[in-house]
Amino acid sequence: MSQTRKQLLVDPLIDNNPITLQVLGICSALAVTSSLNVAFVMSLAVIAVCGFSSLFISFLRHYIPNSIRIIVQMVIIASLVILVDQIIKAYAYEISKTLSVFVGLIITNCIVMGRAEAFAMKNRPFESFVDGVGNGLGYSLLLMSVGVIRELFGSGTLFGITIFDSVNNGGWYVPNGLLLLPPSAFFIIGFIIWGVRTWKKSQVEAREYKIQTLEEH
Amino acid sequence: MPKPDNIFTKFKDLPVDGMTKTLFVAITLCLVCSMVVSFAAVNLKEVQEVNKAIDKQKNILQVAGLYYEGIDVEKSFSSFEPIVVDLNQGKFTNEFDPLTFDDRKAAQDPKLSISLKEDPASIGRRTNFATVYLLKKDDGTLDKIILPIHGYGLWSTLYGFIALEKNGNDIYGLQFYQHAETPGLGAEVDNPKWKAQWKGKKLNNDNGELMITVAKTKKYKNHHIDALAGATLTSNGVDNLVRFWMGKTGFKKFLTNLQNGTA
Repeated sequence: MSQTRKQLLVDPLIDNNPITLQVLGICSALAVTSSLNVAFVMSLAVIAVCGFSSLFISFLRHYIPNSIRIIVQMVIIASLVILVDQIIKAYAYEISKTLSVFVGLIITNCIVMGRAEAFAMKNRPFESFVDGVGNGLGYSLLLMSVGVIRELFGSGTLFGITIFDSVNNGGWYVPNGLLLLPPSAFFIIGFIIWGVRTWKKSQVEAREYKIQTLEEH
Repeated sequence: MPKPDNIFTKFKDLPVDGMTKTLFVAITLCLVCSMVVSFAAVNLKEVQEVNKAIDKQKNILQVAGLYYEGIDVEKSFSSFEPIVVDLNQGKFTNEFDPLTFDDRKAAQDPKLSISLKEDPASIGRRTNFATVYLLKKDDGTLDKIILPIHGYGLWSTLYGFIALEKNGNDIYGLQFYQHAETPGLGAEVDNPKWKAQWKGKKLNNDNGELMITVAKTKKYKNHHIDALAGATLTSNGVDNLVRFWMGKTGFKKFLTNLQNGTA
């Protein structure tokens, strides 16, 4: 049993990563990765929401009427997100200003909803909690990787600490402005998915079609 | 043993997917969740308000050049005197408590604001009363004047402060504390190097005409701020909003009165 629990936690990191394999939750990964501080707080928020929403939904799974199950899940997730949002506003005000609407948008993050519907509705509370946290961690891992690339090459800093002295401040490094804009995260995530699938061949999906050559006909 | 035939056991035996239980789950869940959410909102409100206040004070300290990392914001802020100004009269007013008066709310209130016909800063309504901050020296004489300014850039309304020397004409600094301009381009309004240009520039020429401009080409040495590269619309926005607030619909009357000692 403990083996599977460990798997629940570790699998979503690389082997079953919600972003690279399932390609869920991309939208917020674009928006909040331009600086690491922000990405870090966002990661914590998603881990907390994903873990606890799975836990509560799993507790209630025998009492949730099938006809309104999605609404019930949404209400639980939304309440948790508002709770997290309020806490961030109270204790990390600076960061809450940058995160602004994106904490609220965790509600629509497909990962949270996906785990609730696919796992928590059918499994026991503790396993669901571990699964939620594991998927949150998988999301965070990717968020932080993208954040490192974007902040380091986009502004020459990591966690706000100067690594490359940028030209604007009299140094030598010309920051890559594209990396500060959301589309750059698309390219970075694309490259990461490519890298992971080259490394782990099993993640490559079967071709849906095959290009035919003339000779075979 | 036969089951006791009361309303609870009957309810318990109803199917989960039935109408009664569906309604029951929906209503209970909503009640519980709304209680949790409102409990959090009410309990954390105080901390959040304090954060907001400290953030504003920090920005005022920054624009006055008094902020550095690890400073006790509230203590340093005590050298500022907040005071409400009547923009139409250009005089101080005791009508409102400067600690609780909210300029932004006043701008929404038809009784406390005017609708602008000429509106270069694209703000729609202008408050009649604004909270300004006077920095006093140790001996009680005026050192710097901090005025709130805001206006539309490219994507967002920029909110900030401008700090003037006691003559009401020399700029000491400019700082925006809230905006959503493009990172790397318009958001460079936060760049310390760009902000440093404002220091020492003059608002008006010797004839009292408003001359300060944010532009690409340099026309007037003492009144020129280099526009941001790649951010023409944000730069225009800053130009418009500074000229608006320093102009006759903004703080000009107050600044003139302050110099003549009639504020």
